[in-house]
Amino acid sequence: MPEVRRSIAITIDDTEIDAYEGESILQAARRFGIKIPSMCYLEGLSVWGACRICVVEVAGQHQPRPACATLVVEDMEVRTNTARLQSHRRTILELLFAEGNHVCAVCVSNGNCELQDRAVEAGMDHVRFDYRNPLRPVDATHPKYVFDPNRCIVCTRCVRVCDEIEGAHVWDVASRGHQAHLVTELGQPWGRSSSCTWCGKCVASCPTGALFYQGSAVGESVHAPDLVARLVAARRDHEWFPPVESPTSPNEQNGDDR
Amino acid sequence: MTEKTRLATVWLGGCSGCHMSFLDMDEFLFDLADRVDVVYSPLADIKEFPDGVDLTLVEGAVANDDNLELARLLRARSTTVVSFGDCAVTGNVTAMRNPLGDPQAILRRVYVDKVDRDGAIPDDRPVVPALLPRVLPLHQVIDVDVYLPGCPPPAARIRDAVVGILDGTLPRERGEGIRFG
Ligand code: SF4
Ligand code: SF4
Ligand code: FES
Repeated sequence: MPEVRRSIAITIDDTEIDAYEGESILQAARRFGIKIPSMCYLEGLSVWGACRICVVEVAGQHQPRPACATLVVEDMEVRTNTARLQSHRRTILELLFAEGNHVCAVCVSNGNCELQDRAVEAGMDHVRFDYRNPLRPVDATHPKYVFDPNRCIVCTRCVRVCDEIEGAHVWDVASRGHQAHLVTELGQPWGRSSSCTWCGKCVASCPTGALFYQGSAVGESVHAPDLVARLVAARRDHEWFPPVESPTSPNEQNGDDR
Repeated sequence: MTEKTRLATVWLGGCSGCHMSFLDMDEFLFDLADRVDVVYSPLADIKEFPDGVDLTLVEGAVANDDNLELARLLRARSTTVVSFGDCAVTGNVTAMRNPLGDPQAILRRVYVDKVDRDGAIPDDRPVVPALLPRVLPLHQVIDVDVYLPGCPPPAARIRDAVVGILDGTLPRERGEGIRFG
């Protein structure tokens, strides 16, 4: 039986829309073609609500709310692009750039990077904060993939896709605050992981150049974040999912990702 | 005839790629030459950064004490300073040594530990300038008026920015014109 969802009238940037009960502001906005920038949110995965790039203003509430983690309620009035929000988004992006080591000129994802795209949209022409320049060793032990934490923004898309969609749970977040970082296999090198199935879903989902195929050169890594939503829909509807010819794998013409 | 704009271009800690891209403006350089006098540049043999410069494009990050001194001098003598390219804007490749810490340790590794014999760190001051503890983007050292990212900024992007500055029409929203990399 098809699901019946109660509709809820809300207003986003002066446009009245019929949202569904139980849906987030971000999901409702997307269904109606209203753009709200996001980074940690990925359709098909659980909501993490960590990057705060999707902040919106809700009438009657002083604090901006993350659109991906705020459910719609009747008569809600939402603003997605005020001067205050633009300034918050730019600050968040500058902090992300200052926190890691983002050298776009030598990055595998240069030109195909969600972080870079969000920065362009936000008008970020320089970073006002001091760069931290942390020392973060690259893990290239996996035969097929590389993890470069210098470009990781700890969005946890890889953690969630590996746990929720692949069911392998190779990834976790260790430590807190600015020390928070990703680990594979509870801190073992990725190449020694016995639970990694070599499925490539983490690489497909990563918004930046932090996860890529071995042998990728500058600008060669193209991710496929919409893969997750397509997989989830195919599983729900019991549809045959054609094997994915991975666009991110320069060395694999047969697309034999398991 | 109106007076020409006094233009300077400066090469700090960068690979000169931004200057190569500047030359890639090709025949537009003739049009530019009608509007500007190049009063200082690595492309011209002028020893001292002059007074009264209208517009200065600065390529490269601030990596050593020589860069630092020239950055302060050019700021004092220029009306408009442009951070020209990713190294000036972010530190970029030049700043990739920062995570490794103390520059002396890096110099020792390169010039002493990794050579077969008689290695020595070049320290003939002031011919060889001393490295700063950290490579810095230009705006952390002096005030910057316009940012022109890109590694290098494509010639068309440089042309748009320079013309925009000369005409006073550089838009606040510059879209793809600010993409790093
Ligand atoms: S991950 Fe994106 S923002 Fe970071 S260096 Fe690579 S292209 Fe630039
Ligand atoms: S590796 Fe990529 S997907 Fe995983 S947390 Fe870092 S940026 Fe996000
Ligand atoms: S996309 Fe909403 S908090 Fe990251």
